[in-house]
Amino acid sequence: MTAATRRRILQIAPAMAIIGFFMVAPLGLMAYVSLLQKGVNGGVVWDVHTTEAYVNFIFERDFDDSLIVNTDYLQIFARSFGLSLLTAVLALAIGFPTALYMAMQPEGRRNLLIFLVTIPFWTNLLVRNYAWILLLRNGGLVEGLLRWLGLSDQPLGLMYTPYAVSIGLTYSYLPFMVLPIYASLEKLDSRLIEAAFDLGADRRRALTRVILPLAVPGIAAGCILVFVPALGAYVTPELLGGGKSMMIGNLIQGQFAAARNWPFGAALAFALLAIVLLAMMIYLMRFRRAPAAP
Amino acid sequence: MRVDVSNPLWRFRGIRAATWLFFAYLYLPIVVLIVLSFNENRLATIWSGFSTQWYGVVLGNDDIMRAATNSLVVATTATLAATFAATLAALGMAKTRFIGADGISGLIVLPLVVPEVVTAVATLLFFILIGFRLGLTTVIVAHTVFCIPFAYLPIRARLEGMDKALGEAAADLYASDWQAFRRVTLPLLWPGILSGAMLAFIISLDDFVITYFVAGAGATTLPVYIFGMIRIGITPEVNAISSLMLIVSILFVTLSFLVGRMRR
Amino acid sequence: MERPAIEARGLSKTFGSGLDAVHALDDVSLTIRQNEFFTLLGPSGCGKTTLLRLIGGFEQPSGGDIFLEGQQLTGLPPFKRPINTVFQSYALFPHLTVGQNVAFGLEMLGRPKKEREARVEQMLALVKLQGYANRRPTQLSGGQQQRVALARALASQPKVLLLDEPLSALDLKLRKEMQIELKRLQTETGITFVFVTHDQEEALTMSDRLAVMESGQILQIGAPTEIYEHPQRRFVADFIGETNFLEGRIEVAGDTAVAHLACGGKLSLNGQAGAPSSNGEAVTLAVRPERAVIAPAGAEGLSARIGAVVYMGTDTTYHLTLTDGTAFIVRSQNNEGARLDLASGAEVKVQIAPAAVQRLAD
Repeated sequence: MTAATRRRILQIAPAMAIIGFFMVAPLGLMAYVSLLQKGVNGGVVWDVHTTEAYVNFIFERDFDDSLIVNTDYLQIFARSFGLSLLTAVLALAIGFPTALYMAMQPEGRRNLLIFLVTIPFWTNLLVRNYAWILLLRNGGLVEGLLRWLGLSDQPLGLMYTPYAVSIGLTYSYLPFMVLPIYASLEKLDSRLIEAAFDLGADRRRALTRVILPLAVPGIAAGCILVFVPALGAYVTPELLGGGKSMMIGNLIQGQFAAARNWPFGAALAFALLAIVLLAMMIYLMRFRRAPAAP
Repeated sequence: MRVDVSNPLWRFRGIRAATWLFFAYLYLPIVVLIVLSFNENRLATIWSGFSTQWYGVVLGNDDIMRAATNSLVVATTATLAATFAATLAALGMAKTRFIGADGISGLIVLPLVVPEVVTAVATLLFFILIGFRLGLTTVIVAHTVFCIPFAYLPIRARLEGMDKALGEAAADLYASDWQAFRRVTLPLLWPGILSGAMLAFIISLDDFVITYFVAGAGATTLPVYIFGMIRIGITPEVNAISSLMLIVSILFVTLSFLVGRMRR
Repeated sequence: MERPAIEARGLSKTFGSGLDAVHALDDVSLTIRQNEFFTLLGPSGCGKTTLLRLIGGFEQPSGGDIFLEGQQLTGLPPFKRPINTVFQSYALFPHLTVGQNVAFGLEMLGRPKKEREARVEQMLALVKLQGYANRRPTQLSGGQQQRVALARALASQPKVLLLDEPLSALDLKLRKEMQIELKRLQTETGITFVFVTHDQEEALTMSDRLAVMESGQILQIGAPTEIYEHPQRRFVADFIGETNFLEGRIEVAGDTAVAHLACGGKLSLNGQAGAPSSNGEAVTLAVRPERAVIAPAGAEGLSARIGAVVYMGTDTTYHLTLTDGTAFIVRSQNNEGARLDLASGAEVKVQIAPAAVQRLAD
């Protein structure tokens, strides 16, 4: 081993040790716990191995020990998926035009706009979601605004609904959509759009035939960056959603609080991790290997 | 994209309005929260006059101050540890490529990829099962882990952009490895280290989910405390302490933005 | 008389405003005839690309009007003009195949698929890229990309084709090939070409007519021979080919005019360079290096001393100094081998025929 190699190993070692010992090992342990029997008063029984936690996900044990399909958890997974997809779509719908507008601004204003987009990222997620309670709750500011505009004077009952959750999720992760799209639009050669105009494409067709296809890498990155954290969200559904809009994150947390079912909680967390890694892998395979657009 | 905004050819209808809508959506809640924090009314959302009294109440609350102190202790310790490890790792990953480099890079950014709630569960189980008592130490350890990638990425980017010939030039001028590092690499790397540390600090200060899981009694940080307050009800105190957190973050970021601009 | 393909009247274009304002074009008028290969020639920043972009519709003029076959174009966006552009960087769509690139304009015009496919075949054949329809632009060489850009711009049979320094990214050999190729395409398609370049040789060899531009203005328009043989402005004479400038004053005697030069010599002017003028008027005269002849010291002509002699195979360039210190270059063909008698330091005479003298307006 050369001195340079030895030094390199020593340099990388601390970070590897911290992440290995406090991240990778815990994840492994979590996978192992998901295969254990839950203790009577919480905790786990170390020497009993069972797939009970995974069976629990779909089935319920009746009194006579027969398995009945229980769709409660599946519904929560499906809802989490649905809300996260909706979040990505909403963020894309609001984020794309913004990114396009930003990319067309002069240098100085671009930097200011990027800064304004990133500020919320630096502020506390919990606090920002709390602010939505002030807006959405009964008698809150959204209702007041609608009444003032004469659009509605009914109590909206927005809080503790999936609507409130999707508004909050979109709000939380919106910057993650705008920035990668902006990055890909910023790199786009404006001559290509001029060429589309030149060949008879009006603005709408220049957008759909040239700008959008060339922004696909940014759009895909944005969708992944919004979808993944939305799927694992805990704070937003906890604050803005009620029991009817519970998501995976809340279900997992519940297993370590009230339910005290660690193996099931670990199994759920493991399933969530698997889904997220799968989504990332599909993204990487589809968009990182493809010939990069200049 | 280089376009002349004053040229009508580039006026895509609606994107300006959409941008306004976007920023309204992004900032309306923040503005509303800060405005309401100056409301004198006991009822948090009914405006009855300007007052800073709730800030006084919050700052006089011992529990809040203790939580804030915890937050600062955790963020400072985790930032120092994470930045140190990240700087070393970035230096180790620089220069020539080697087998397994991709794997190590992947491992370093792993905390960014794994959903927070999963990390929280895994870390909690780990500490409990190895018999580690939950407390401030567990919080600091957990924070150090997810701060590493945030500190690592800017440092790495800075190193990547650095001219390799500089180190060689130093060696050519009789600098030993250590001297070359002290006199050439480190000074050039400082901005990267600083921005990495700042990122890590803010991320640690803001974290709620992981802290919520692994904080034992007496290790309550400010976000965890605020969460408890929100659970109980919407009060002017919550508005005040929340606004305070927002304002501190925004000031911190604006400052670093301006400092970054001046350096250029 | 047939209508001109392009007519510009009093065009001006200002970018920015106030102190930062840049006047890219200043009151430019020109007429480009049907089926003409017309070149805008000038150094970078002279406004030639701005003029092209105004014709293409990418920018709107600050003042003046543009007409296409008599029809007002001002205000129309590029997608409503039957004018296509070959961009300097080609601007081929990287996410579309070569065939899809070529068919893009026809698709925008709503032409049926059958027609588009046939046209793509035809266009690729025209630019000698048969069988490349399914490739991606990034898989092609620079020269091939250039041909695709041409095919794409020509596919919808525009009335005018604009070319913005399309050859500048190619190496010398390829550039020569493409010059011939472009000329062939223009003849075959009969489309009016407006070509922008800063390369004077390119402009001279390809154009039917060209306009020399500087500082947002057109200095002279004419056929290549006209521009080269009879430059009217100092900038034109200097920018295109090499030129010697001689300063002097006119003396009119009856039908003939003579210029008394600053170097002390005299040059008789023919009708074109002489008239109309008055006695004592200051003039600048231009003489091409190949139009002057070196004679022995005892002969008639302007006295000069030889400085550097640069032998270049087919010809030799002599760097002379006139008696007042003015530099003067003479180039002579080595038809009978190199002239060894003309060495550095030799005193000689320079002879210039009246027809070789061009009087400049500034």
